[in-house]
Amino acid sequence: MKKYALFLGCTVPVRAQHYELSARNTAKELGIEFVEMSGASCCGFPIKAVDAETALLIAARNISIASKMNLNIITLCNSCTAMLSDAQLELKKNSFYKKFKELGFSYPHEITVKHFVRMLYEDIGIEKIKASVKKPLTSLKGAAHYGCHYMRPSYLYGFDNPEIPHTFDELISATGAQSIDYYDKKMCCGGSVLGIDENLAITMANHKLSIAKDSQADALVSICPFCTVMYEDNQRKAEAKFEIQYGLPVLYYPQLLGLSFGFDKNAVGIRFNRVRPNALLEKIGGQS
Amino acid sequence: MINLKNADPDFKWEIIKKEGGEGLLKCFGCSDCAASCPVRYFDDRYNPRKIIRLTLLGMKKQVLSSAFLWLCAHCHACTERCPQGIIVAEVINAIKNYAVEQGYCPEGYKVQLDLLRKMGRLYEVEDFDLKKRQKLGLPPIDKTIPEVKKILEYTNIIKYVNSKPQVPNTKQDDSSIQMKMEKK
Repeated sequence: MKKYALFLGCTVPVRAQHYELSARNTAKELGIEFVEMSGASCCGFPIKAVDAETALLIAARNISIASKMNLNIITLCNSCTAMLSDAQLELKKNSFYKKFKELGFSYPHEITVKHFVRMLYEDIGIEKIKASVKKPLTSLKGAAHYGCHYMRPSYLYGFDNPEIPHTFDELISATGAQSIDYYDKKMCCGGSVLGIDENLAITMANHKLSIAKDSQADALVSICPFCTVMYEDNQRKAEAKFEIQYGLPVLYYPQLLGLSFGFDKNAVGIRFNRVRPNALLEKIGGQS
Repeated sequence: MINLKNADPDFKWEIIKKEGGEGLLKCFGCSDCAASCPVRYFDDRYNPRKIIRLTLLGMKKQVLSSAFLWLCAHCHACTERCPQGIIVAEVINAIKNYAVEQGYCPEGYKVQLDLLRKMGRLYEVEDFDLKKRQKLGLPPIDKTIPEVKKILEYTNIIKYVNSKPQVPNTKQDDSSIQMKMEKK
């Protein structure tokens, strides 16, 4: 049994429960135990632009919670992963550590921070995941959306190839689905500029929606709640702005994984997907 | 139009002192950052190279009051490709941090600061959410995390919540360059 501290962040526990539910259920199936991080807050990323040091201290406080439990952290959001990893690096600097101590926090055990998907790839492995697939999704085409902070910045992660990433594609293929190759795969969702310039953010989201649709994808597969906000919640806005119909489902990877494990659609929270994936469910065996 | 009469030679040193601003001086202006930038791909008004050049030249007011500074999505596409090894996204973030200090904090960030001060998270956890979680078999979560306020007070960032609004200037940059909004 592998044991980790699960960091939820702001968006996942109140706006993307289907992501959390499917992640927890698939993890259980793979023999992973998640321990709750009582007292965990926002990761700090939303105010990094205001003051990086404050954001790092907020992140370091969250690391402190898991460090006291002597458990490595698993995150579900790309930006949380980047922010916590950054703070973990920062804790090694004396000037920062001093401030961290002054606030009354402690870092008794050195721990690591990994995104859920990276943990699946590195700690569980493709072969073990394949062995757990009971219902291969061979009829599906998934468009992997990595999101920026899954493999960038590489100086924080040292994982995957920041220019030609492949780990997430391999994980999609492990479910039996085809991970399609498409243009501008690494394009940013635009989520970070949504609060500053909505027009621009929607234009950025629309770019990938149109490419994924043209590539005959059955779904865009996401691993970040904020990317999903852009592609799913704002899909209507993109459709209205560019006078086009996408109706492109956006699934979280553990939802796809759970379906390939033979889970019932309720166990992966399909009813919370705002763009109804009915056609997709029919394709894989009449669950709609 | 750049008039060096208005340049502040100390500006770049101020940025270098900030968290993340260290690499600034290494820039030789190759424009790899701008070529890699997904935001620039859609909107010519944002150009990381230009922001860095203006900073090195000391065009303090022009940089800090620019609305386009805030368009950086912090995606690090630039960082990966910089031949000088500059962590470009962090340099831009350091300039944003300095702009906030100088009174140019976008309203959206003040709202987020206020939410973090009150709740320690961005979204309010209502009883409805807790019930929904319970129904799904998900564990309960804390409604508020007051320790975040303690951090905001410690670094004194909390003062920006009610700081006087200074609207960043959208006119002085390249208004001649039209936004590319048509479908790609």
